[in-house]
Amino acid sequence: MTAAAAPALDVERVRKDFPILSRRVNGKPLVYLDNAATSQKPRPVIEAVSRFYSAENANIHRGIHHLSERATAAYDAVRARVARFVNAAAPEEIVFTRGTTESINLVAGSWGRSALAAGDEILITGMEHHSNIVPWQLLAAATGATIRAVPLTDSGELDLDAFDRLLSDRTRLLAVVHLSNALGTINPVRDLVARARGRGVVTLVDGAQSAPHLPVDVQALGCDFFAFSGHKVFGPTGVGVLYGRAELLGRMPPWQGGGDMIETVTLERSTWAPPPARFEAGTPMIAEVMGLGAALEYVESIGRPAIGAWEEELLAYATERVRELDGFRIIGTAPAKASVLSFVVDGVHPHDVGAVLDDDGIAIRAGHHCAQPVMQRFGVPATARASFAFYNTREEIDALVRSLRRVRGLFA
Amino acid sequence: MSSLSELYQNVILEHNRSPRNYRAMEDADHQAEGHNPLCGDQVTVWVRMDGDLIGDVSFRGAGCAISKASASLMTGAVKGKSRAEAEAMFERFHRLVTGTLRPEEAETLGKLAVFSGVSEFPVRVKCASLSWHTLRAALDGSQAAASH
Repeated sequence: MTAAAAPALDVERVRKDFPILSRRVNGKPLVYLDNAATSQKPRPVIEAVSRFYSAENANIHRGIHHLSERATAAYDAVRARVARFVNAAAPEEIVFTRGTTESINLVAGSWGRSALAAGDEILITGMEHHSNIVPWQLLAAATGATIRAVPLTDSGELDLDAFDRLLSDRTRLLAVVHLSNALGTINPVRDLVARARGRGVVTLVDGAQSAPHLPVDVQALGCDFFAFSGHKVFGPTGVGVLYGRAELLGRMPPWQGGGDMIETVTLERSTWAPPPARFEAGTPMIAEVMGLGAALEYVESIGRPAIGAWEEELLAYATERVRELDGFRIIGTAPAKASVLSFVVDGVHPHDVGAVLDDDGIAIRAGHHCAQPVMQRFGVPATARASFAFYNTREEIDALVRSLRRVRGLFA
Repeated sequence: MSSLSELYQNVILEHNRSPRNYRAMEDADHQAEGHNPLCGDQVTVWVRMDGDLIGDVSFRGAGCAISKASASLMTGAVKGKSRAEAEAMFERFHRLVTGTLRPEEAETLGKLAVFSGVSEFPVRVKCASLSWHTLRAALDGSQAAASH
């Protein structure tokens, strides 16, 4: 995308920031190609979590003592950093959650339950992760709304003619993935959101895979909601983000009740705090938020243009090498892709591919990738998936290809 | 390398390439479908009883080499056995793949002993035992009850 202008990335130097990358698995150097499942953590993230517990631990928004004030300020500073990371208009548009799944469930439970009624339609797509399908099914069952899904082309892109047909006067919500975890397709989200908003449809973008790999600008995308997870963007597990446009968040009822999300409480009734506190009941994952802040700072220090350019080169090289192999078929061949190479091997089940690669110290994912409708669309029970991050190397892709040849030799 | 070659023994690779009794059964009196939702593996097992004995047993499905070879070897092992004998065999097989079977007991499993390497790969235990669970479900229910 921005390959021409991007500064070079020094991958050997970057790798030294990730302690786990120097370990061995089954006697071989670890080749970690399961980044779509979760990413590895650079030292600044590990140190931020550790430092919080060693030197800074206190609850936030409560005490008037030194540590609590420091923790509160640091927590809110990360909120501001996240807002800059996705170019939100204000920090108050950033809600901390446990992850993408919880972010989407929050929208379904709060906005969805109050806004939808029988006869309304929710438009999703055939390449959504289960976390962007099942919350809407629960919402549909509770409200009487109906789910429609945009079908996929053979290359793994959205069928845009069908999208236009499915977007109707009944559509209330468009929920669409930015970057597919099973296919690697980058969806034209800005265009889809514009078409939906033109009809007054609320829009949610699942950014679990895009946040680590693509520049994200929620104002340019024009979406109402954007969800992503900390652990896929080199931060800790257990923390995620929901961006919501201030106007919408302000109108939404609470999702969970408890401390921190209220203004006043009597034994009969309570009044709600304004967003984002309204959606952050109870003590949050403070140490993980510190880790997320360190992760985003780290990503920005490497530079997203440099990351994008290097990952594009890695994916192109891996695609070319796997295409050379006999009996391999790539699932997901859209022109606009990032990070993900999903494939099947004639006569060999993906789990057996994964087991042989693991024996060579190579970590990939084998399975349905929590996207069973994608597997059904392409008529496969599962795929093997290599997914790349900026700390991967061409030599690691060579190791992958060597191991894939071994797979063919063993099972053919 | 050693644990991987323990897992994918030649007998297993050969049964994966050419599974035995790999067919639907027209005149089955028991049938069940098994799924492993974690990996999407799917198997259907058919049984025709001959009095108190398993007269014929067959399977079809999609799965990894371990699950396919396990189903194939299972069909050979339980044919001609009573339900109780098949159940006892499954019990020993399950202890084999979870690494809790004594070596002298393993000898009583015959060809099924090739799955001993599975115990080094805990995530593959479900692959090896899927067809056995499905056989049990088939024998427990009638065809109508199992096909819901």
